[in-house]
Amino acid sequence: MPPAITYDDVDVGTVIGDRTFSLRRSDLVRYAGASGDFNPIHWNERAAREAGLPGVVAHGMLTMATAGRLVTDWAGDPGAVVEYGVKFSSLVVVPDDDEGAEISVQGIVEKKLDGGRVVVNLTVRHQGAKVLMAARATVQLG
Amino acid sequence: MPLNQDFVGRSYTSDVPFQIGREHIRQFARAVGDDNPLYHDVEAAKAAGHADLPAPPTFLVTAIPGNLGLPTDDPALGLDYTLVVHGEQRFTLHRPVVAGDELVVRSTLASIRSVGRNELLVTSYEFTSTSGELVAEGTCSLVSRGTAPPR
Repeated sequence: MPPAITYDDVDVGTVIGDRTFSLRRSDLVRYAGASGDFNPIHWNERAAREAGLPGVVAHGMLTMATAGRLVTDWAGDPGAVVEYGVKFSSLVVVPDDDEGAEISVQGIVEKKLDGGRVVVNLTVRHQGAKVLMAARATVQLG
Repeated sequence: MPLNQDFVGRSYTSDVPFQIGREHIRQFARAVGDDNPLYHDVEAAKAAGHADLPAPPTFLVTAIPGNLGLPTDDPALGLDYTLVVHGEQRFTLHRPVVAGDELVVRSTLASIRSVGRNELLVTSYEFTSTSGELVAEGTCSLVSRGTAPPR
């Protein structure tokens, strides 16, 4: 299965997607187990408050991975992502309820490079605030 | 307490290679709610041209030893993790990482510099196959809040 999108299909400004994802406490626990990051601020209310946080916060890396799904789903093959970098600009506080915290992810093609590669810029927000800055993925298209 | 600049430039190499496992890729994908068949179905991955299940783009964070990949937990560095927030993360993949890969991880504390009242620690990583192929690189920046030396 080649990537679903080809280089010629896209232009600078092409929107690759616009989705919302919810992160619940159970997702944070699952991510802690899968990633090996057991910092208690990501699952223990008491530890989070002792660290001066308003409550349990999502792993930055979970937010980064979740936002990256917009790119890998668009490309089809996750192996098409050759570079992915973000700056963490704001915390995602995850309430102890069934809905969790909602993050919105929008992606747009920012640049077309040589060799069939494109740079996708992601805008990732939680409650209106940008939680990632300079979130960019370079994708190898066919 | 400012961080110990003597650590800048030090490198650490993992004692044993980190083996990328199928079940670990599936577990990581499930943890981010990702049901892309290439993470779960070996036949689908092979049909897409991969030798085995490809890893998600941020999967290599699991291969970084220690807290957020700092090359040392040595108390002499003076890092207080309750003051640390993750500043920046980047991965460059020279080829897709797939299940079965065995990667040697080399971490280097690249710099410690003051930014206002905070200090910024930058660690870089190289992920090399056991046959010496540079498979991926990474960079992690940590912010140590309020520890910058007074001017």
